Amino acid sequence: MTAPLEAAEPAVQAAGPGDERPVRRGTLQYALSKVGGALFSIAMVIVATFFVFRLLPGDPVRNLAQGRNMTPAQLDLERHRLGLDKPLINQFFDFVGNTLRLDLGTSYEYKRPVLDLIGERIGPTLLLAGTGLVIAVSLGVWQGTRAGWRHGGRFDRFSTGTSLVLWSVPTFWLGLLLMMVFGVGIGPIPGVLPFRGIESVDAPDGFAYLLDVASHMVLPCLTMVAVIYAQYLLVMRSSLLEEVSQDYVTVARAKGLRDDEVRRRHAVPNALLPTVTLVFMRIGFVVGGAVTVETIYTWPGLGQLFYEAIVVPDFTLMQGTFMLITVAVIIMNTLADVVYHLLDPRVRSA
Amino acid sequence: MTSVAAARRRQALSRFWADFRRHRAGLAGLVVLVAAVLLAVFAPLFIDDSVTSVVDAPGEEWSGPSLAFPFGTDESGRSILLMVWWGSRTSLLIGFLAALVSIVIGMVVGIAAGHFRGWLSAVLMRVTDWFLVLPSMVTALVLAAILGGSTFTIIMAIGITTWPSTARLLRAQTLAVEARPYIERSKALGGGHWHITTRHVLPNVAPLLLASTTLEVASAIVTESTLAFLGVSSNKTSWGTMLRGSYDYGAATQGAWWYILIPGLAILVVVMAFTLVGRALEAVLNPRLRKAT
Repeated sequence: MTAPLEAAEPAVQAAGPGDERPVRRGTLQYALSKVGGALFSIAMVIVATFFVFRLLPGDPVRNLAQGRNMTPAQLDLERHRLGLDKPLINQFFDFVGNTLRLDLGTSYEYKRPVLDLIGERIGPTLLLAGTGLVIAVSLGVWQGTRAGWRHGGRFDRFSTGTSLVLWSVPTFWLGLLLMMVFGVGIGPIPGVLPFRGIESVDAPDGFAYLLDVASHMVLPCLTMVAVIYAQYLLVMRSSLLEEVSQDYVTVARAKGLRDDEVRRRHAVPNALLPTVTLVFMRIGFVVGGAVTVETIYTWPGLGQLFYEAIVVPDFTLMQGTFMLITVAVIIMNTLADVVYHLLDPRVRSA
Repeated sequence: MTSVAAARRRQALSRFWADFRRHRAGLAGLVVLVAAVLLAVFAPLFIDDSVTSVVDAPGEEWSGPSLAFPFGTDESGRSILLMVWWGSRTSLLIGFLAALVSIVIGMVVGIAAGHFRGWLSAVLMRVTDWFLVLPSMVTALVLAAILGGSTFTIIMAIGITTWPSTARLLRAQTLAVEARPYIERSKALGGGHWHITTRHVLPNVAPLLLASTTLEVASAIVTESTLAFLGVSSNKTSWGTMLRGSYDYGAATQGAWWYILIPGLAILVVVMAFTLVGRALEAVLNPRLRKAT
């Protein structure tokens, strides 16, 4: 899982010190151009989805039928119903029109509109990924700050080592291990935590229900945090290292501030910027993690829905969830650009 | 090439090796990496595809580690040790080839975007940014699911979704190299686009390419195992498909910890080795990073 680190580099470097005085010029203009770019990207996603899903080897109707016995007349009827007897260009405009109206088609597996299915599954994913993200970012920032401030110390070496290991661990394997140790139990030691689904079969009501869901969330959440927090740690650490050698830190020390205050009031707020952006920038990585984690722990979220679409395979569902996930990621990235621009005057001047 | 240039290159190489040797972690990674590659390459001298056969599996089902089977057996009595060894061939092959595809696309797009100006550069960067923002794991899953999970499609799916970071890195490097005076001299002497990019830019960015290839192999191995685990890969034995099997046959509930632990450890060790080597290479090549680490 090394790619995210490289990709994060430009953002960090972009925050390099600018010599010129910051010019307050056209934040709105900048935001508009970013939004324009995002709309273009979203349009490209829709177009690409259409063509990629038409690359399917074989006849889509036969793929859908999956070996069920259908007469040629039935096949034709099905083809007509799906609009596959029209010319490609008409199919394309139908597809674009439907997508823009948020009509993502009907799932073959569930016989229900894809949008409804997504609506049902989005809550658990937001709960799991959101909780995981908050914990991962807090933990990463805290540990990264400590490691970077005592750079080269024992805690620093320990942190860098741990994050390198976690970086190299495949998410699903870590999930399997945690499930085996804490869910199933090894030998005489019984498992203590539930590892299937979001609630028990005989789930109680009220407050006890919340506890039930929370206990189901521990293992999936732990897996997600373990895999994604390393990148926040490493970026926080390296951006803090850049700040430590800046003049204003020396000034703060010269003023006689305590070490703790220099860190909390001066260095950390500046070093936080790249990390905050990273939270939005790497949301696609979090989504990828969510797919595997939800699959292992049968968490009834969007990631698991996407996984089901792949194994069945249910192409309408796959296409719908893919577009939704991608568009959400594009929106998050655009937000990151705009927020970064607002927060950091050095980028604004560039 | 004149002998002066050859000597200079030899000298640079030995200086590079001296620098690299100072990174103990990188050196350890290199040793593991070379050992893993040698084991994978020479595996056919000792074992063959029969170690993955369910029909004449040598051992008892789900038996724990013993002298005959140091890492136990799986649901049909096959040796985990031999399967991990044989599976390393698929995992490493896909890792290397996917990294190669990714790096070659990234290199061509990055150097072109840095070398040419105007609309071509703008279009290339637009495309790069578009691919960069796509969630790579999700996209690779879709591509592999649609095109079928042969080794070739898995390689392409990983390559196509991971090249943009290389392209951005190389564009920045190309811009930096082309700002140097000797490029102007070369242009004045009549050097064309091909000459400048292949004779001046490429040799300058080659070391950095090596570092990012190493890191790319690491992430490609992890991605391959994830794709295989999620069931979009064909049935060829790799570390990912083995873990898939352990999940499908309920190794956790069977108490067969070795079935889950060993293939995953193989991934972890090899990926760590590549990551350590890649980071050491980066540190040697990039003095800006050398301070920080």
